[in-house]
Amino acid sequence: MAATKKKLSIVSFSGDFDKVIAVFTLATGAAAVGYEVNLFFTFWGLNTIKLKKGRAPLGKGILDRVFNFLMGGFGNLPLSRLNFLGASPHLMTYMMKKNNVATLAELVQAAKDLKVNFYACEMAMLILGVKKEDLIPEVKEVLGVAKFLENSEGGEVLFI
Amino acid sequence: MSTFKIDITKDHCPMTFVKTKLELEKLNSGDTLEVLLSEGEPLDNVPKSAVEQGYKVISTAPVSGKTHLVVIEK
Repeated sequence: MAATKKKLSIVSFSGDFDKVIAVFTLATGAAAVGYEVNLFFTFWGLNTIKLKKGRAPLGKGILDRVFNFLMGGFGNLPLSRLNFLGASPHLMTYMMKKNNVATLAELVQAAKDLKVNFYACEMAMLILGVKKEDLIPEVKEVLGVAKFLENSEGGEVLFI
Repeated sequence: MSTFKIDITKDHCPMTFVKTKLELEKLNSGDTLEVLLSEGEPLDNVPKSAVEQGYKVISTAPVSGKTHLVVIEK
């Protein structure tokens, strides 16, 4: 066995369905071959780890509530191209199932089972009025840049 | 010593690795896992990653057509 564990840290910035698939495909694949994996969700990426899967007016102020409602949650992630008013992610999921490829929901569950580390960005949460209790319980910690750099040190870093 | 079995012939990357890894985690020392997998990427890489993680590949044998059986021991 390798003396030091290999490490992959991914900044999940985009909340696009296809890009989030890339995040979780890499995360689960790496965790399954023995990597320590850190996922750092920021900005649109936060939609992926919101506890409420649909559109919810999170936050206190009117702008927080409108933004969070429009941004949506895991169930509303749009395809980065050819979204067709939200129909495409459902069609894509159907095509993935048909071809025996893991769906996004299955990949997220696999990441949890493989004990991938989920982190959320403090600054993006502050702007959007999102609290830790608005996120899935698997989110280990709310972090800033300094802690992210410390956690990712000595490994590969990707920005998706 | 127990023997566990998993069939990943219908799965694709990364679930081939994910399912194998989750099964391997159930093994105690001396237990074996029989993995039924397809040739190509799974056959090339699943046994290799098990070895990298400290497991022992006991045998690899073709079963039928493009399906192979890999036996991994902890």
